[in-house]
Amino acid sequence: MEFLYYFGDVFTPINFGLLMLGTIGGLILGATPGLSPTMAVALLIPFTFQLEAAQGLILLGAAYTSTVAGGAVSAILLKIPGAPANIATTLDGHTMAQKGEGAKALQLSFLASAVGGVFGVLLLIFLTPVLAKWALAFGPSHLFWLAILGVTVIGTLDSRSVVKGLLSGCIGLWLSTIGFDDIMGAQRFIFHPALGGGINIIAALIGLFAIPQVITMFAKGRRNDGAEVIEVQKHSILDAMKELMRNKRAMGIGTITGSIIGLIPGVGGQIAGLVAYDQSKKFSPDRDKFGTGHPEGVIAAEAANNAMVGPSLVPLLTLSIPGSPTAAVLLGGLLIHGIFPGTDLFDNHPDVAWTFINSMLIGQILMCIFGLYVAGMAARVAQVPQSVMAAVVLGLAVFGSYSVQSSMGDVYVMAALGVMMYFLERFGFSAAPLVLGLILGPIAEANFIQGSMIARATDGLGPYFLTGPLNIFLIAVVILSILYSAYMELRTRRYTSKEEIMA
Amino acid sequence: MKQLLAGAAIALMGLTTTAFAEGAENYPERPVMMMVSYGAGGATDFQARIVTMTAGNEDALGMPIAILNKPGAGGRVGWNWLATQADADGYTLGAYNVPHFIAQSIKGGVEYSTDSFEPIANWGADPAVFVVGADSDFNSMQDVVAFAKENPGKLTFSGAGLFVGHHIAALQLEKAADVKMAYIPNNKGGAGAMKAVIAGEVMGGINNLSDAFRAEQAGNVKILGVFDLERNEFLPDVPTLKEQGYDIDNASVNFRGIMVPKGTPEDVIEKLAATVPAMFENGKVAGKMKAGGSPMKIMTRDEVKQMWADRAATLKELLAGL
Repeated sequence: MEFLYYFGDVFTPINFGLLMLGTIGGLILGATPGLSPTMAVALLIPFTFQLEAAQGLILLGAAYTSTVAGGAVSAILLKIPGAPANIATTLDGHTMAQKGEGAKALQLSFLASAVGGVFGVLLLIFLTPVLAKWALAFGPSHLFWLAILGVTVIGTLDSRSVVKGLLSGCIGLWLSTIGFDDIMGAQRFIFHPALGGGINIIAALIGLFAIPQVITMFAKGRRNDGAEVIEVQKHSILDAMKELMRNKRAMGIGTITGSIIGLIPGVGGQIAGLVAYDQSKKFSPDRDKFGTGHPEGVIAAEAANNAMVGPSLVPLLTLSIPGSPTAAVLLGGLLIHGIFPGTDLFDNHPDVAWTFINSMLIGQILMCIFGLYVAGMAARVAQVPQSVMAAVVLGLAVFGSYSVQSSMGDVYVMAALGVMMYFLERFGFSAAPLVLGLILGPIAEANFIQGSMIARATDGLGPYFLTGPLNIFLIAVVILSILYSAYMELRTRRYTSKEEIMA
Repeated sequence: MKQLLAGAAIALMGLTTTAFAEGAENYPERPVMMMVSYGAGGATDFQARIVTMTAGNEDALGMPIAILNKPGAGGRVGWNWLATQADADGYTLGAYNVPHFIAQSIKGGVEYSTDSFEPIANWGADPAVFVVGADSDFNSMQDVVAFAKENPGKLTFSGAGLFVGHHIAALQLEKAADVKMAYIPNNKGGAGAMKAVIAGEVMGGINNLSDAFRAEQAGNVKILGVFDLERNEFLPDVPTLKEQGYDIDNASVNFRGIMVPKGTPEDVIEKLAATVPAMFENGKVAGKMKAGGSPMKIMTRDEVKQMWADRAATLKELLAGL
């Protein structure tokens, strides 16, 4: 209960002001395509040089929390996920916005974010020692199976046809091999120096999601004189809360999946939303409605990606190992004040540690309040004519992909992938499985290579990858997931006509 | 285009020698940019931001230095950019990591070598150390080597990747102790390699002194030896590998400093080489670096030139067999 003692520190005028600043700034940064949470936090680090340790961390923690949630705004209204964490939000969120339910989707996403986020931080407060052991339990073989589990999801994610889903997943897996490989330094498919570092995930995200949108908008503009405007119906916050209460299952699955996955160093945030989305789809009686603007999809995805924030800091705060790029940046923020995460932090600087954690708790709630206010204004944003919107989105896309690593190469990659995706979408492929392939490829590959190097030096490939309770459990889940997909595919195929499959 | 500009610059230099001398006197007239070939928040980025924070002071450059991150492929993307695309006008600096960029250029597939850059000054030296989990049976390097002798190729130990300081240290250890061990490069850098040690995925590991120091403070690892010529001020009780009887020098020490692309005007280089080491010596910089557990080692341009040449020779020999 030590954390309660330090709650007062959050509400001193300067600290609370910084918390507000971080939250509002984070929402704006998060809503800007290309500015991922990691970037936003890194941008703020120099400002914390001048602040005290606790104050600096409050600013960084608030920014981290709210950029993750802010990514939902562009995901829902523009179909551009601000960061990999928000990919799953686009699937139902943007379709809701197209149906005129943009405000409702935003309200649901911020409410779900707050619930998931508060749960995640509470886990961080009460279960840190237990969770730290968990985080370490995942070695290369387990991460490999986890990535394979992700691959089994690819086929059924946001596609009418499993074959097309798998095919676009494979394109993603191939794209992920471009560049110097992470472990051996071998060069693969580098035809231009801009590809040396591989395909940057943020640039790819922007291209794959935003560019087809832009092209479609321009194409429509020619036909309809740009008069078509997304309608946004007003939606009361109370109704959104009631809606959230009706969808306890999606809420629960999202929160729990997000917390567990967020904990695993190196995988966490990027896939939490997608896995939670897929799980709640499988457990839902309305699974056919997913992808057509179903609130459950938004709730599960956003609950998961904010639930991941708290647990993702466990390895950093207890073991001094940054588990995610954002955590690595936060580590810098601590070191600059001479504070070492680990026992030193909690024993010698409890005021810093607990003020930081408490401020994340308050930050989640502030984020929700400001987010709901933003949702109210979304109506005005969406009243922009499509031709203007297309230009704005294109500008943001170029800006966003350039700013990731100050490289024009990323802009070319973004544009090339975007144009490719426009044509793929015409043939019924979708972007989400492709991005999932792009994310999972390196995780599966690097962990397989590392695992097999360790295995060859010790007990051999078979025992290393196939024995041990956690390996067997993960393999069982992989097999179940494949069987389930096959079963669903066969069952629905009986009822679908040839024409529908062709479509 | 660049050549054209360079040509024009040379022509101008010839025509207006006095005017240009004054130009160098006034350098820098606008903020200077420094390219860091690792991501924001990494150790190199973190240190680069600290050591350049006083650049705007009157006694330093008088102009701020802005950090530009160009991460990717273990630093290759950024250094390729600096060697081939950056303007050699003194307004584009770069951070170097030795032995990384030298080892990469020996291994091939990149567009730079030590001849592509001109060193300015060195700010930090982070030696590699050998770490084992806190509950490991190994208590000295002798224990580690004895195990490796009995079980050739079975002792797994992690490091940040191939052709980085940790890998060099691993090669040196195998050579000096005449053992075969299983080096497991990690795709998540030093942090990932450290996690592998703490989680018990591997039996030991080579890691940065600064990160290992933190992990030891947190009670997660034991540090068995330092791959350097002398003991480190952060770890006065940990013996060097040499003290423990292995003939290993400081070739794996991760040196960090500032360089400029080749072709930068000579007087600009001289001005930088004269002011930058003094800038690193600023008390505020030293305080922040020490607080963050980052060992400093300030070296002048001539010392760095010598260090680069020595390193290139050692690495060529070590990597020849790979």
